[in-house]
Amino acid sequence: MIEFSLDGRSGVSPYLQVVHQVRQALRLGLLREGDQLPTVKDVVATLAINPNTVLKAYRELERDGLVTARPGVGTFVTRTLADDSLAAHEPLRRELQRWLVKARAAGVDDESIEALFRSAFRGGQRGVA
Amino acid sequence: MTAAIATDALGKRYRRRWALSDCTLDIPAGRVTGLVGQNGAGKSTLLNLAAGLLRPTTGTIEVCGGRPATDAAQLAKVGFVAQDTPTYAGLSIRDHLRLGARLNPGWDESLAASRVERLGLDPGQKTGRLSGGQRAQLALALGLAKRPELLILDEPVASLDPFARREFLQVLMEAVAEQELSVVLSSHVVSDLERVCDHVVVLVDSQVRLAGEVEALLDTHHRLTGPRRTTREMPRDQQVVSERHTDRQTTLVVRTEGPVLDPSWTVTQLGLEDLVLSYMELPTSDLTGRGDGTTGAPSLEVLK
Repeated sequence: MIEFSLDGRSGVSPYLQVVHQVRQALRLGLLREGDQLPTVKDVVATLAINPNTVLKAYRELERDGLVTARPGVGTFVTRTLADDSLAAHEPLRRELQRWLVKARAAGVDDESIEALFRSAFRGGQRGVA
Repeated sequence: MTAAIATDALGKRYRRRWALSDCTLDIPAGRVTGLVGQNGAGKSTLLNLAAGLLRPTTGTIEVCGGRPATDAAQLAKVGFVAQDTPTYAGLSIRDHLRLGARLNPGWDESLAASRVERLGLDPGQKTGRLSGGQRAQLALALGLAKRPELLILDEPVASLDPFARREFLQVLMEAVAEQELSVVLSSHVVSDLERVCDHVVVLVDSQVRLAGEVEALLDTHHRLTGPRRTTREMPRDQQVVSERHTDRQTTLVVRTEGPVLDPSWTVTQLGLEDLVLSYMELPTSDLTGRGDGTTGAPSLEVLK
């Protein structure tokens, strides 16, 4: 089971934050096929958000074929987003951590690290396209 | 589905002052609607009209398909928790539950009992000795146990500390998830309502300034930041809601269905609070027409 959290300052609407958090958990292998998502009532009770927000998020996930709702039982994961690349995550994370250590050693602050990553990421996307 | 609240050219005058004027609204059922506005904007007047505690001076109002407070059946449909969640200070919690059961035909005894039990309070305690948060929770429990179709709450969390505020909204949202319930709640603090509302109505100077579905409003409003310029050059489909200029920079809030294509703008998302504030700071005189005539007055129609 996963738990959601909301960032009120992000400007991203609460329903999209829930969608993103499920997709992220699916991608990272935290949620697998057959796992149950928190019930609407549970999410509402912990986050004090509108139930329609949660329902909307779950409906969107259902439309994308990632989860299915069993009336009266709950919402379950039907497909995972973690593909064969999951095995590669750990070594990649270690490499990234080594890179971060190098960047900090060179005196690059957090803000510049983020900016560097974003610009390299965008550059990479353009290279592919 | 019948609207939770439908008004047509609704107005209320106290002596010479219009507390609410020309208010035409359609608040959908099954939703949580936030009524936002500064103190004195007309929020309580609108909610009291909906509860049937006030009679309109002009126009009409229908609540859950009927005129407010016309008969017992209509009264049973609507729960009303007035400002500052009042209870009878000299009566105990048990007395309040007994009173609720006697006065309300659809009273849900077990719901009332379980909600009060969850509060962990002694039923024999006089409510005058409860904390603000406890009293608010009791008022909410009474309102919910009535099993109304529509629950109206006037500034329910304004006087609560952040913890009690969160607890109150949690219980309210759980009830929305469990019962089929429409909720209209007011606040002068938008951030209180941001998480809980899927519909919002903004009142300014006794008039409806903005009404619509929160998601739709967030999708169609953007903040544009760029080099200083006038709003005359804006495309026709972009309505300028607010504008600020420094000697070098211009910051606009625009409403548009389409994408913003001009690359010289940095486009960012607006939160509900900033969006609502940008409408609230708009001077009322601007509503009838803008000086430059090209951008037009911001559209204030009710989104369906």
